[in-house]
Amino acid sequence: MSVLAALARLRAVREGRAQPVATVRHCHVAERPLVFIPLTLAGEAAAPLAAMVGTDPDAPRLLVVPQPRDRDLRFAFAAELAEVLLPYVEGFGKATETVERRNAEPYERCSDAPQIMVPNAQAAAFTGLLGRSTRFRRAEGPHAVHPSVPFLGRWLTYFADRAKYPGSSLLLTATDALGLHWATGQSGLEDANLAALMGWIDPPPGLTGPRAAQEAEDPLIWPPAGPATDPGFDNEVLAPAIDAYTRGPSPRAVERIREALRGQLEPTWRLMWRAAELLRALPAGASVAQRWDADRGSFTDFLGRMAEETPPQPRRDGAVAAASRLARMERAHAAFDVQRAYDDPLVMAEYRLTGEAFAGRVAAADPGHAEGEGRSRKLRPLVTVETADPVRLAPGTVLGTPDRRGQEAEVVAAGDGSVTIKITKGMGRGRTPAPGAVPEVGERVCYSSLTGDFQAAAALPEPELTPWTHGGPPPEYVPRDEDASEEWS
Amino acid sequence: MDLLDTLRGPVPPLAHDARAIAALAANPGCARRAVLDAAGVDKDLTARHLGFPAPFGQSRFAITRGNAFEDLVKDNGCAELLRLLRDLLGLPIPQVGYHDVAQVGAHLRHSHTRALIDRAARDSDDAGTFYDHPLLSLEIAGHVSYLEPDVVAFRLGGRFHIVEIKSFAMIDGQAEPAKVAAAARQAAVYVLALRRLLEDLGHDPGRVSHEVVLVCPENFANRPAAALVDVRRELAMLRRQLTRMTRVEEIVSGLPPGITFDLVRDDAGRPARPVAELTEAIGTVPARYAPECLSTCDLCLFCRDEARACGSTDQLGRQVRDQLGGVAGIAEALALAEGAGRPADGQEEIAGLLRLADRLRAECLTAEPLAGARLEALEGAR
Repeated sequence: MSVLAALARLRAVREGRAQPVATVRHCHVAERPLVFIPLTLAGEAAAPLAAMVGTDPDAPRLLVVPQPRDRDLRFAFAAELAEVLLPYVEGFGKATETVERRNAEPYERCSDAPQIMVPNAQAAAFTGLLGRSTRFRRAEGPHAVHPSVPFLGRWLTYFADRAKYPGSSLLLTATDALGLHWATGQSGLEDANLAALMGWIDPPPGLTGPRAAQEAEDPLIWPPAGPATDPGFDNEVLAPAIDAYTRGPSPRAVERIREALRGQLEPTWRLMWRAAELLRALPAGASVAQRWDADRGSFTDFLGRMAEETPPQPRRDGAVAAASRLARMERAHAAFDVQRAYDDPLVMAEYRLTGEAFAGRVAAADPGHAEGEGRSRKLRPLVTVETADPVRLAPGTVLGTPDRRGQEAEVVAAGDGSVTIKITKGMGRGRTPAPGAVPEVGERVCYSSLTGDFQAAAALPEPELTPWTHGGPPPEYVPRDEDASEEWS
Repeated sequence: MDLLDTLRGPVPPLAHDARAIAALAANPGCARRAVLDAAGVDKDLTARHLGFPAPFGQSRFAITRGNAFEDLVKDNGCAELLRLLRDLLGLPIPQVGYHDVAQVGAHLRHSHTRALIDRAARDSDDAGTFYDHPLLSLEIAGHVSYLEPDVVAFRLGGRFHIVEIKSFAMIDGQAEPAKVAAAARQAAVYVLALRRLLEDLGHDPGRVSHEVVLVCPENFANRPAAALVDVRRELAMLRRQLTRMTRVEEIVSGLPPGITFDLVRDDAGRPARPVAELTEAIGTVPARYAPECLSTCDLCLFCRDEARACGSTDQLGRQVRDQLGGVAGIAEALALAEGAGRPADGQEEIAGLLRLADRLRAECLTAEPLAGARLEALEGAR
């Protein structure tokens, strides 16, 4: 949270409506996402109760577990979910493109990838739990489940894991995605309620943001977006319906439960599609496509591993796997921060506020300026920028600019409303700079010490060489019967 | 203490449970909560009467599951618990004694617990013993609160452990951090109460371990698993908060005379006090609303409404408040940002920052976008 974001919240309170904190979209929104809204039974770790799922806003599929304590019914639910999810996910494996690489073999990558949209962080966490409770199952043996169930488990685990990478859009959490673009006039804690958040961003006609958000807190008007259900609904509607089913599991009893749960899920279903629409309406940031490329690459890899029938993801990472995962997440996080700032002046403004970036007009330029003589003569164009920003950059600081990506510059002098920089990289190799490489007098520019410095991957040993300080080499995962028959009660 | 009784009205004070005491530590700066709790006011009923019922409900399913799990752990003289403790503490505990304190009448439970714990503390015998349904007490601002833990005190080798049974799952050795933290805060209350009891009896309070045993279902099954949780931090927080509670008398003595939060219940026990009058009375004690209250305090919606009505920055959360460097009002902060208000002493820095933020926002949202952003967008389109 920055002063800029705090100010946006203050404005939202005064205007009675959410305020933008981004000028472009920073996440990918698929043309045909799979919206997944799970509900769980209160008090249980991962007992699915129902889910609304599908890729067509007009044709949601409702899955229900009429007796959530019944293990067989849970697996039937998982199989049914697999029936929707697996064809959707695997369908993206059909069209691929060849990606050329410098100094490496070209490889095949899926032209598009699936995107699952869930309402909130808890739903994303539940996706992981459902994956955890199904991926070790087996289609044969004493506790056989439908063959699709373990595959579903691996996919759900993959999506939930991938969601932890900043900037990844394979599993999109609606509240987080919206929060990246709008600030409301309530607290971050209250923003976790999708209906309240949407109330601020897109209030129904005739309502102000705060009024809509207040209505959203009434579970009778807006049932919670899950996975936890409203306790009042549990006690007054669901419990009697489940009791009736337990006494006589007739189709009518099932229908009663389905209707009750449909009523709880439908409002969120509509909200999810509306949220997707709102996000889609924003112009995409310049780096969104690049991050989606990475998502597609990751998806293609995993699709390949699924085809090879590698064992399910382990319960816990070994030391090396955990360290490398953490390093990758940190790199993704750093890259995401830089890319967002470069894509979006409003995000860059946060760095200008702290003096790590500045913007202004070019007051003077010496494009032909050079350092050194003879063979060591180097072109170092000088540019002086007039700025009203409080620059806090020491001479020698390396700078980058969103206007000319790939260009590097260095602070020569900063102070009193102007900054002089010399361009050190990305202006061509000739005796004079390439046309357009050096900003001209009067041009508006922005420079920042935030650079997309590529961090080398962490140097980690092979898992077989894990040192004893970290528990030694982890035992290889061998699927065990116990895993497949693990209790789920 | 007469003043507190007047504040509450002619009803017995509401007993605090460990959860309520733990919640005190969550927002130590709130005078309203401190006073209402010290006076033993029924906050839930008060909030309801004020038209702001607390948003906490408990699902029947959760209650059933919680009870079933607790029974499973405690059945047959805590047989399952013994198995867990053997593994957890790595001790060859051959057998343990089991005392169900609930077997005596309710009015005797506390003294019975005292006697049992006293005997156990004197006993040099090394054998383990469970004490089920003990009734502990803790003095809160001059009032004794009785704590009915759903926990068991376990003694082994002269040391006591608090055992806390929770029905949230521990999956592959990990549980939800927020839930573990809440359980630790609650268990710390029991540790403190048990330590005070030992002290009172003339024993070394250090014999109550600061490591509590947390028992949760393992993975997706009903099978319990146990883990040790260090609650020293929670204990320190709790102690600090309880010492602060003594300041309640100061706050109370500063209240206008004749103030009461009495609900004026009718014969059926329904509150009959005019709402406007009660609202005014409660308003005399300042609250320190933070969005975190929404998950811990019965009065949260009332206080939130109040914070909204007076345009306080509290309603936006501590993160926003911290950024605003002590500017308490939304209108005030906006005036500073827009240059309409004159910064008070000590506000110059934040005012400058807010004005800059305001300029940057205006520039980015209305003025021409940076050339680069346009270019890149074009490239992206191509």
